[in-house]
Amino acid sequence: MSDELLSVENLKVQFETVEGVVRAVDGISFDVREGETVGLVGESGAGKSVALSSVLRLVDSPGRIVAGEVTFRDETIVGFEDDSSGNPVPREEMLTDREMRERIRGREIATIFQDPMESLNPVFTVGEQLQEFIEINRDLPPKDARDLAIDTLREVDIPQPEDRFDDYTHEFSGGMRQRVLIAMALACDPSLILADEPTTALDVTVEGQLLNLISELQDDYGTSFVWVTHDLAVVAEICQRVNVMYLGEIVEQAPVDDLFHDTQHPYTEALLDSVPRPDRTTEELTPIKGVMPEAINPPPGCRFHTRCPEAREACRATNPSLKEVGGKQGHRAACLIHDAFAADYEDSDPIQQDEGSFGEQLRSAGGVDE
Amino acid sequence: MATGSSTAGDSEEEFEARVGLRYTVERILDDTSARISLYVVVLITAVATFAFVDSTLLDYYVANTYWHNPLSASASARPLLPPVGLTNEFGTGTWVYPLGTDTRGRGILVRLVYGSRVAMQVALVSTVLGMVLGSVVGAVAGYYGGWTDDVLMRLAEVVYSIPFLVLVIAFMTVFGRDLTIAMIGVGLITVPIFARLIRSEVLSVREETYVEAARAAGVRDRDILLRHVIPNSFAPVVVQATLQMGTNILIVAGLSFLGFGAQPPTPSWGQMLSQSRNYMLPNPWFSIWPGLAILVTVMAFNVIGDGFRDTLDPRLND
Repeated sequence: MSDELLSVENLKVQFETVEGVVRAVDGISFDVREGETVGLVGESGAGKSVALSSVLRLVDSPGRIVAGEVTFRDETIVGFEDDSSGNPVPREEMLTDREMRERIRGREIATIFQDPMESLNPVFTVGEQLQEFIEINRDLPPKDARDLAIDTLREVDIPQPEDRFDDYTHEFSGGMRQRVLIAMALACDPSLILADEPTTALDVTVEGQLLNLISELQDDYGTSFVWVTHDLAVVAEICQRVNVMYLGEIVEQAPVDDLFHDTQHPYTEALLDSVPRPDRTTEELTPIKGVMPEAINPPPGCRFHTRCPEAREACRATNPSLKEVGGKQGHRAACLIHDAFAADYEDSDPIQQDEGSFGEQLRSAGGVDE
Repeated sequence: MATGSSTAGDSEEEFEARVGLRYTVERILDDTSARISLYVVVLITAVATFAFVDSTLLDYYVANTYWHNPLSASASARPLLPPVGLTNEFGTGTWVYPLGTDTRGRGILVRLVYGSRVAMQVALVSTVLGMVLGSVVGAVAGYYGGWTDDVLMRLAEVVYSIPFLVLVIAFMTVFGRDLTIAMIGVGLITVPIFARLIRSEVLSVREETYVEAARAAGVRDRDILLRHVIPNSFAPVVVQATLQMGTNILIVAGLSFLGFGAQPPTPSWGQMLSQSRNYMLPNPWFSIWPGLAILVTVMAFNVIGDGFRDTLDPRLND
């Protein structure tokens, strides 16, 4: 066995709505090794958060994991096999809901959520909540759990943890609350932490402090992270490997340096161009045109072709799969550019991107109901 | 509010001022009518507590009535006397019976005092029963959704669609005619009110991130419901419970009036009203006093309930 901690293969999550089936996550594969931080990057609605929830099997109805494998160490979190009539059914070794709750959630895989304002229960003191999580996941008596809770609060640099233990959520600032959430995730000493845009709601200075704190703690505990974000600066700062998601699919997968210096997918390129970078002088930023189409009715062929500057007619027809590119180990991209001859990309005509107003683009993408 | 990680200082103080039992009580005491009502309820509760603890006064008056003991020292007590200082065809009111006497020459004041036992018992027992069961049913329905929700809520609607009084009387016909059964019946029948109320609240609370966080941390559904979902959905239930106390007193008074509540000789306000209805003309005070007692108590609960709503409903808070 390799040092892979979490492996996700061909995961598909669908939401059955009145308007039709939304393929929020459509066949993504990635893995996380021990002690590593893996980024999951993409615009809002790309399916990053849904991908995270499915790792814990916490996708809410009407959402459903329809296919794929999620393996954590030797445990099968998600696994399907075909029954006699060919329909996918959960495999027998798949963990039961009870096992998920008692062995995996919180204990092995912890989560830090995006909004520290909303992630703590306002009717209990911060300490009580931390203590509750510790009692559940470490089987400690209340007294020991309390001591451990205070120690953990100290570890995430909360001043006077003994006094702060009895404070309510509203008595903490945003940054302090996020520290509490980090403490909650760490207190149960998990092997993997799923961080769902944990610093997005915070201002930059606090964000910087927290990123430092997390990398220090990661050195101490050896915890792996899956870090969901749309902030490429954060990715560059903390991730070792990055997965770029677009509309439920992973379009590029690379070690962090390769992603920034040897970008292989037009979408990643466009993302990078739309952020100001201190290492490049540009007169103005180039935003990605339009909005992401809805996952309920994804464009045919390559999903990015409607907004892609490199798009050609061939892109309408073929949805490229992830392939090793650039001659480097572990750098994969899903774009016809790298497969130019096979799919007639070279010979087909460029697609003229519609330069309509932003509002028109919104409407054509179905983003605005009228 | 969602945008504010900055200006933490200001908003913190504001938050601090707006939660907690102390803040709620202070706000209620700021409101004159709610304050008066609170005092009324405290007074009635004190009276009822006294009546629970010590029944010698009641026994003394009963033993010394004209009816039981025509030759006793206080046999001057005539039936249907008016309050002190007034005169009617039966005689003149005396200080022995400040509010007058009933058909059997028993003091109305002392019976009002001991009748408060029944009222407060009903207010407490039936409301708490309805609130606890209703909260559990509604929270389970709202949290799990799906067919659980459908079954529980359709059942609640069936109960809701039958008039209260009819249902309680049917319940008592089956299980027996006494106060305990009446209280249980009223409690059970108010379950749908609370269930529907908390369900609507749970529907939004269950989507909160802290509930998701608890699930992601491996907390059991039962604990999530009890520790995270219900406490955060409880504010409207507290308001409803306070209002319901008044309503329940009224329902049980109605039952007693019809002969289904507390059975004689246990005094209750509804039963006193019932006994007095044939004597409204000769001695209207026999009806007025228990009626007034019910009115004041129910109103006090309602005004407090409104006060709670003003403090606990964030939409009305600004």
